[in-house]
Amino acid sequence: MSASLPDAAPAAPGDETPVRRFPTAPLFLSGPAALLFAALVLTPLFLTALLSFNQFDYATGRTGGFTLEHYLAVVTDEYYLEIFLRTFRISALATAICVVIGVPEAYILSRMSNPWRSIFLLVILAPLLVSVVVRAFGWSMLLGPEGPVNGALIALGIGRMKLLYSEGTVVVALVHVMLPFMVIPVWTSLQKLDPAVEQAALSFGASRATAIVRVVAPQILPGILSGSLIVFGLSASAFAIPGLLGGRRLKMVATVVYDQYLSDLNWPMGAAVAVILLAANLIIMLTYHRMVEGHYRRRLG
Amino acid sequence: MTRNGPVALFFHALVVIFMLAPLAIVCLVAFTPENTLSLPTRGFSLRWFEAVFHHPDFVQSFWNSLWLAVLSATLAVALAVPASLAITRYEFPGRGFLNALFLSPLIIPHLVLGVAMLRLFAVVGAAGSFGWLVAAHMVIVTPYVMRLLIAAISGFDRSVEQAAFSLGASEATVFRRVTLPMILPGVTGGWLIAFINSFDELTMSIFITSPSTVTLPVRMYMYATESIDPMMAAVSALIIGITAVAVLLLDRVYGLDRILVGQH
Repeated sequence: MSASLPDAAPAAPGDETPVRRFPTAPLFLSGPAALLFAALVLTPLFLTALLSFNQFDYATGRTGGFTLEHYLAVVTDEYYLEIFLRTFRISALATAICVVIGVPEAYILSRMSNPWRSIFLLVILAPLLVSVVVRAFGWSMLLGPEGPVNGALIALGIGRMKLLYSEGTVVVALVHVMLPFMVIPVWTSLQKLDPAVEQAALSFGASRATAIVRVVAPQILPGILSGSLIVFGLSASAFAIPGLLGGRRLKMVATVVYDQYLSDLNWPMGAAVAVILLAANLIIMLTYHRMVEGHYRRRLG
Repeated sequence: MTRNGPVALFFHALVVIFMLAPLAIVCLVAFTPENTLSLPTRGFSLRWFEAVFHHPDFVQSFWNSLWLAVLSATLAVALAVPASLAITRYEFPGRGFLNALFLSPLIIPHLVLGVAMLRLFAVVGAAGSFGWLVAAHMVIVTPYVMRLLIAAISGFDRSVEQAAFSLGASEATVFRRVTLPMILPGVTGGWLIAFINSFDELTMSIFITSPSTVTLPVRMYMYATESIDPMMAAVSALIIGITAVAVLLLDRVYGLDRILVGQH
């Protein structure tokens, strides 16, 4: 997202060609896609926003009228407050761990030479393309009562632990799913870094640690920030991981929306939670864009 | 000077193990001869793969997912080629808005898209239809296609097209014989990444599939919440296999690092 928006902004070179003979051409060209997105993105989001203000009758299941009770419930009902707090806590923890693991890993990758660099980049990034259900299932086997992790704990004399259906398991699996999203932007900003600068710091007598903290870290900070926001946003709306590894009691925002829609059939309540989730995501992303643009403007200016 | 110290390499090894362990255990357990989820310590068996192929629900969901991914990827490319041409080559009012709209499914949580489409389909009376499911998948894969196409179109030399025009080629001929071949890596790369994303999609699909259109990830999710036996591992191993083939193809035609590193 962040990488392609600035790229697309300037018109392609060679605009002096007489392609503008038909001023209606872009309309025809982008019309079909625009219609699809109007019908299947804008309309449903608008309908859902409207739905979230509807009253819900538990006895008949009918919806209608106008009410703010669903939004009030989210900020007053302890059940929802707890779920939003838990989602925030789990996502923040997963993000922090992704920074601690992903940033050094991207740095180590960037210092490797080919072919190892390409191979390990593939190893770290390719799991992104495997269905999240498969990865969640893999973790449930690794951490299950008969799994290898418990086997190792027993062999070490610690004894069997109940690992599944805990916040810790959800965090570990989220880190596994989100780590590529942290490595990618940090890797990208490391590619832009001139290794000679780090060399210069070292040759002036800076220690390895000083060179990393004072020279490398400030330059990859936008990448770390970008990765953190993507990881946080995706974790906060993650569905399969808490659904499969959190069990019945450990609900997160996404699994609550699912319950509201498909078990309780209280669509307006589910819609209100979904609207809040969407708003939070958009605020995070827009804040990020503003921050990164400001950062580059300062550096260029 | 590009060497990593022993501590760094140890850390790196741990990260690699962490990333591969869940996939490796799934592939191993899929070959177990036992009735429970366990590592195949007493020889390998294909019985659970056989069970998958004789399980009508999984077979039907597999075909649903395959058709859905092929159709939505193809149609998304068909819409995205002209749309990216419009966005990269023309200046028109609303261009920025359209560009943002086409990329918006990347920042709207799939969960939100799922409930939103469920509402729309209920309103227009299309709940559970396969055609609408294809359209919904087109929406979520289009941004991936658009990004590769916009990069491909802005990166190529327009003078080749002008040469063809000046030699008397019609617009259709220029598009077919010059433009399309030049952006072909973007088109095939976009199609593959769209296919993978549609084939794997769970969170939106779980809201808008009906019993007859259930996709493979949704079927697996439902199955895993109810019962867990090695069949689940066998299906997962098959999915890892299919994904690996698609990834290798993608790497050949476009370069995986270019797609992934350009992805976010």
